[in-house]
Amino acid sequence: MKNGKKRSIKAFLRDWDAGRFDLDAAAAEPYSAAPEGESAEGTATPEESLPRRDVKAYRAVYPLLAAMLGAIMIVFLFLAVLDLPAFGKAGNPSENEVVRRYVESGLSETGAVNIVSGVILDYRAFDTLGESHVLFTGLAAVLILLLELDGKKEEPDLGLIRMKADSILGTAARLLIPIIVLFGIYVILNGHLGPGGGFSGGAIIGAGLILYAEAFGYEGLERFLNFRSFRIICLAALWFYSISKCYSFFCGANGLHTVFTTGTPGRILSAGLILPLNIAVGVVVACTMYGLYSLFQRGRI
Amino acid sequence: MTEVLQKLWDVRVFLAAVVLFAVGFVTLLLHRNLMKKIIGLNIMDTAAYLLLTALGFIEGRLSPIVLGENTDPLLYVNPLPAGLVLTGIVVSVSVTAVLLALTVRLYKRYHTLDLDVIYATAMKEHGVN
Repeated sequence: MKNGKKRSIKAFLRDWDAGRFDLDAAAAEPYSAAPEGESAEGTATPEESLPRRDVKAYRAVYPLLAAMLGAIMIVFLFLAVLDLPAFGKAGNPSENEVVRRYVESGLSETGAVNIVSGVILDYRAFDTLGESHVLFTGLAAVLILLLELDGKKEEPDLGLIRMKADSILGTAARLLIPIIVLFGIYVILNGHLGPGGGFSGGAIIGAGLILYAEAFGYEGLERFLNFRSFRIICLAALWFYSISKCYSFFCGANGLHTVFTTGTPGRILSAGLILPLNIAVGVVVACTMYGLYSLFQRGRI
Repeated sequence: MTEVLQKLWDVRVFLAAVVLFAVGFVTLLLHRNLMKKIIGLNIMDTAAYLLLTALGFIEGRLSPIVLGENTDPLLYVNPLPAGLVLTGIVVSVSVTAVLLALTVRLYKRYHTLDLDVIYATAMKEHGVN
């Protein structure tokens, strides 16, 4: 351990059992997988090497208590579900005046043919702004947890995780990536006219970027999507969303339809701000998907 | 007997959601592997989405995409659960990402995914006996 030798989990536990566990050395030691040969030999499993009686008792009681808690919860949920109205029948309590209002005047008030888009990006735009920020905050938390800040380059085994020379993957990716990205753009731009929107289209574009990174490596993507441009794009999209909808938040969701007209329903340039907001949301989602993948695979964007 | 079966058939999708929730909950509680706990949490999320979308569905109605001038609310299903499920999916993705990142940190620190071993080691380190 002192001379940087790699240790298995079992050796780690054995040291800990004998009181030879050095906290500072373990914290300073980088992660290392267990060697191949050592995992097969040895008889001490983690359970047997733990000496404490109360831990053993806890382990014996915990599954019983957990199963009982699960059973009680399932029985209560089952009873609650039996009282719900029948599935798929008209006249459910969920079919109330809110839904009637959304369907009846959603088209004329928001200009969006897709009522769901009108609901989430106009009536409930504040909710969607919160969602985008939840996604961004999650990315920031992962960034803090996984980014290698001290500059030590711990390059993972590239032969294991990246199949750069794989010709099947390369050919398939060359055929698929343009279609995937084009389809994602279509889904984003079509969000107010049909099924789709910023979240689904952004996820599709993110999948295309991930496929590119997997097939051809990160070098091509880093020309336009490095950490600097990543920050600028994400923050610009969130800022655009916040500023363009702030009038609505301050006016109690009373839109300014004299400035942003709803246009002719069914045209691509209609529905006021819903199309730009969809684009902003799609950009944030695509960046977040790709950023999460890149962070988990190699520790940086 | 037929009434009971009819009642169960009426709430079939909600029962499926409860079963899915139970699978996720038991996975979350009974596995000691952190990855399996995260998978269980995601299965529970899926059960919640299934319940929400099933509550908004009405048989024989169209998806809420208003074509032409036909804005009769009796023609379309409830658009609200779709928006709520969208919110849920996004939050679930973020929570899963943060949980996985925390798991990576724990693995780098303790070299195991077993929660009991991590817990015992951490207690020992802090001098709790």
